[in-house]
Amino acid sequence: MTEIPKEEFILKCTSACAGCPSTLILRYVLKAAGADTVLVVPACCTSVIQGIYPNTAVNVPVYNVAFAAAAACASGMSEAFQKAGKKTNVIVYAGDGGTVDIGIQALSGAFERETDFLYICYDNEAYGNTGMQRSGSTPIGARTTTTPGGKVHAKKDLDAIVAAHNPSYLATACAAYPQDLFKKVQKALTLRGSKFIHVLAPCPPGWRFSSEMTVEMGKLAVRSGLWILYESEFGKVTINGPSKAAMIKPIPIEDYLSVQGRFKGIDRKAIDALKSQAEQRAKHLQKEAEGIC
Amino acid sequence: MLTIATGNKAVAAAVKEVKPYVIAAYPITPQTEIVEQIAEYVTSGELDSRYIPVESEHSAMAACIGASITGARTFTATSSHGLLYMHEMVNWAAGARLPIVMANVNRAIGPGWNVWAEHTDAFQERDTGWLQVYVSTVQEAYDTTLMAFRIAEHADVILPVMVNLDGFLLSHSMQSLDTLNAGDFVPPLHLPHAIDVLNPAGYGTLTGPDEHFRFRWEIEKAMRRSRKVIAETERDFAERFGRSYGVAEEYRYEDADVVVIAMGTLGKEAEVAVDLLRNEGVNAGSLRIRWLRPFPDLDLSGREVVVIDRDYSFGFGGIIAQSLMARQRVDLYSVIAGLGGQEVTYDDIAGFVRERRPGTELWFGVNGNV
Amino acid sequence: MYEIRIHSRGGQGGVTAARLLALAAFRDGKYATACPFYGAERRGAPVVSYVRIDDRPIRVYSQIRNPDLVIVLDPSVMEVVDVLHGLKRHGKVLMNGTTTEKIHGAPAFAVDLTGIALREKLVIAGSPILNTPVLGALAKMGIISVDSAKSAIREMFSDERNVRAAEAAFQELVI
Repeated sequence: MTEIPKEEFILKCTSACAGCPSTLILRYVLKAAGADTVLVVPACCTSVIQGIYPNTAVNVPVYNVAFAAAAACASGMSEAFQKAGKKTNVIVYAGDGGTVDIGIQALSGAFERETDFLYICYDNEAYGNTGMQRSGSTPIGARTTTTPGGKVHAKKDLDAIVAAHNPSYLATACAAYPQDLFKKVQKALTLRGSKFIHVLAPCPPGWRFSSEMTVEMGKLAVRSGLWILYESEFGKVTINGPSKAAMIKPIPIEDYLSVQGRFKGIDRKAIDALKSQAEQRAKHLQKEAEGIC
Repeated sequence: MLTIATGNKAVAAAVKEVKPYVIAAYPITPQTEIVEQIAEYVTSGELDSRYIPVESEHSAMAACIGASITGARTFTATSSHGLLYMHEMVNWAAGARLPIVMANVNRAIGPGWNVWAEHTDAFQERDTGWLQVYVSTVQEAYDTTLMAFRIAEHADVILPVMVNLDGFLLSHSMQSLDTLNAGDFVPPLHLPHAIDVLNPAGYGTLTGPDEHFRFRWEIEKAMRRSRKVIAETERDFAERFGRSYGVAEEYRYEDADVVVIAMGTLGKEAEVAVDLLRNEGVNAGSLRIRWLRPFPDLDLSGREVVVIDRDYSFGFGGIIAQSLMARQRVDLYSVIAGLGGQEVTYDDIAGFVRERRPGTELWFGVNGNV
Repeated sequence: MYEIRIHSRGGQGGVTAARLLALAAFRDGKYATACPFYGAERRGAPVVSYVRIDDRPIRVYSQIRNPDLVIVLDPSVMEVVDVLHGLKRHGKVLMNGTTTEKIHGAPAFAVDLTGIALREKLVIAGSPILNTPVLGALAKMGIISVDSAKSAIREMFSDERNVRAAEAAFQELVI
């Protein structure tokens, strides 16, 4: 087992919802990153979770910035720290809306410029802060307040988009696997250049499940193969243990869908689409891991 | 060193002199020459700055914000649509009290595409909390850019400053330029609220109405204090380097019965019109407004005023004319001229004075008498 | 104030000619401005640039309506542009070419800048460079000094062929 530091950077009394995965993820991100770290946070749940001025529940400097601006803001910060001879970690902590939708231009620019930073997208598959509207990251079939009949379009393949920028490190993680997340953040921060971690964040109010089920929901996502844990260091892909097991013997994706209110009434077509996307993705990653493509 | 240069190159040379840590760059006509020249300086090693070739103006300002909050001196340049595209972050920079300096090469806003001079681009940013200054010569572009860093970073101000120069008319005109060894004229930046990992704080967290209101009042106070800082900076600049400009530059103003007010290159051209009118026996003078924010206190009492706005607010009029009328009772003839690079000669300006109709507004060249 | 309008086509170096001329005048101790009139034109379109020279600071930014001198770097623009428009009563014309026969009603001088550039192999991307040799012709006309013409060229270009081309134009122009 990896030794996880006892030091806490998320203080008690955040404004997060009960069972919030974003807070859980950030807790381990900061344990891995340590005190010499600045977070850049665009508009997202974490903007609220920190608390209300003059209080803050995060014990590293947090720079809150406009929705579309996180990766660009971090670019400037990273360059300024380097110019001043500082080795401070610059970490963007952004939701899926701020990453796959409004923030993708800045994200693309920062990765193209090989900005020395870590970009973490915690993905609850909708605009959570504004009350669960669909984002480009919402899966097909999911009901949100702007897709009351279920989303008709597939989830945007963010990882493929980021991978196309040839980052030095790219990984997926899940709130239900904090050890795995911790190790990935630690590894990412040892590398220079642009690093990216995409973390699945099962959201109790948004996905409509009870708040003690967050970890369980994350595990179901991985075991069903809908969320695959892997990492890619300078392009070399490794599929991580829990997903390797799931690829051999996945649980039915219905086991994952049926426990979430957002998928209530999902039709066969959408389920098949989710299944086939998951299978294709698994195949593709397996080939990459074997060095075939 | 004495040479000749374009307005754009003068701005770049001033930036080189104050050595920002971080410069964000995105091209747009007619500003591009500034970021190209700075790229040359950085590539050749003449300027040791981090040069971030961002993918948009929104990101240019965001990158400056990220750098500035670490305590780094930062610069960027833009124009027209670029300025409007970064509008959100322009607000952010001032709200976050970051002393970023930006050159804006004034250009009209589309549609249709028009790359020539007009002040409406920067005027759309006038309520953001940025100090704004408008220059009229290559030398003034250089001197004012140097002063902008000192004013922005002054402990009593800590607000961003936008240096405006007219697209093509000044950005691409070549005139003499005396570059300086600025020495300690611009002291090192000390940002009181710079990020410090040993003393972590949250920046821009959720803020209630009372605190929000207080922060806005702090910006207003800083804006008011900046008048004194501008005056001090001008005085010290004049003592060291022998040139001064003032918040508004007067020309044959003292005994003038009728005053032409304009900004940028039109303000210089107006001086030639004043000479013409004086030769005809008209007691004319001119006043070239340099600082739009903070807006100068001008005493125009007892004079007739002809204001030339290279800007407009639809349904409101020329913004300078309306701003002056809001502050004092004055017989004022409002002329909207020079939009989209419209040619306005000193003869035209003299004509505005000769045919002035106080209390009315003229849209020059389109039979626009209102 | 002495006002000069330069006619050329985009890409022929008219803007640079204006800047070189302003620099040379400045080196003569005069005030000078070079204001290119930028349109949206690309390579090949007729363009104009303006130069003003004076003993006092120049405060005029508007276009030159009544030039003292018109320089035609590319005579083919005369088919589409009235290069003599607004020329002052005693204004002059300097033509790139071997003849001034197309200019009527104003004193005109011709010098084969294109020929000089080709002889010196001053060609960029297929276009002969006209903006440095023209400075020699302007020195011959007494608008700038020979020394300042050379120093302006050397400040902007390291290739000494540019100075030789200017010297050739100075020799060849018949006043």
